[in-house]
Amino acid sequence: MAFGKEHEIHQRRFGRNLGLGVVLGAFVALVFGLTIVKVSNGDPMQGYDHQPSAALLPKTEASQ
Amino acid sequence: MSDLSAYDGTREAGFGDYVALLKPRVMSLVVFTAFVGLAVAPVHVHPLVAFASILFIALGGGASGALNMWYDADIDRVMRRTAGRPIPAGRVAEGEALGLGLALSGISVVMLGLAANWFAGLFLAFTIFFYAVVYTMWLKRVTPQNIVIGGAAGAFPPMIGWACATGGISVESVLMFALIFMWTPPHFWALALFMKEDYHRAGVPMLTVTHGRRATRAHILVYTILLAPIALGLAATSIGGPVYLAASLVLNARFVIGAWRIWRRDETQAEADGYKAEKAFFRFSLAYLFLHFTALLADAALRGIGMEIW
Repeated sequence: MAFGKEHEIHQRRFGRNLGLGVVLGAFVALVFGLTIVKVSNGDPMQGYDHQPSAALLPKTEASQ
Repeated sequence: MSDLSAYDGTREAGFGDYVALLKPRVMSLVVFTAFVGLAVAPVHVHPLVAFASILFIALGGGASGALNMWYDADIDRVMRRTAGRPIPAGRVAEGEALGLGLALSGISVVMLGLAANWFAGLFLAFTIFFYAVVYTMWLKRVTPQNIVIGGAAGAFPPMIGWACATGGISVESVLMFALIFMWTPPHFWALALFMKEDYHRAGVPMLTVTHGRRATRAHILVYTILLAPIALGLAATSIGGPVYLAASLVLNARFVIGAWRIWRRDETQAEADGYKAEKAFFRFSLAYLFLHFTALLADAALRGIGMEIW
């Protein structure tokens, strides 16, 4: 099935769509960058998962 | 774009109209003061985290600007200065501005919480609430001190920047807040003296209308005199230094002299020279704030290269 002729709204809204696309792309890049920074800094990155994660518990003699 | 002229009689909203909803010129002040607040803090922040933090603080400020334009569309239509904004011009629907403002508020708060810390995120949420609800919806149309209250919202960004780095509040960040907070009223009242806009017709109680221009001149002088010790007090904190102290002494002396000149004049004198003193004071007020924060950066840079004087 071939796509029909472009509707005029595609041309009319091109500027808006392009702007939003660039913003979303930049947002993805920023979140990726932040992830790299936080992981390489060793920040705690695990979320709550209904039971305490061993990696997030304070270090005790038993866990060493 | 000629085929669009039949479309509701107005141009359809482009990407720039949605950017205009975020008040980019106000945003530039937010970016600068938030950056200084973050940069002078004694805690090192990774450059990308600092960049993201300032971006999301600016986005939160933009979101509150969109909420302000949504709520104030009725007065914006009446006043000439604001009639070209996207909503009164008919390019963006009121509901769209509300939606954009709410969505960006949520995104900026959550992302600042994740990028920096949750104290800073909640602080940003409070600032958006303060500007959009306390100022715009409640006090702006009720009290002639509206400028004072709105100024508080504009004064929070350096405190949020500081919170991004340190995770808290301190005397330094409170004084940076107080500096902008006390600076805003004389800055705007000087503008109100020579921009004879019809706030009255729009139903916004401006001090020049409710208490007269004589009282406004006195208010400018009193706020400027109260501002000086706050600005100089910052020099005695851990973020102050020789550059800041020297700059602040000169800037405050000139600011108080300018306010004194405004206070001494009456309307006939002011009209005779086309509000020369008021316009000069307004222009200088922009440099006043910019140079204070630049001086804080300069002292932080001096400390950074180990030239600690005190």
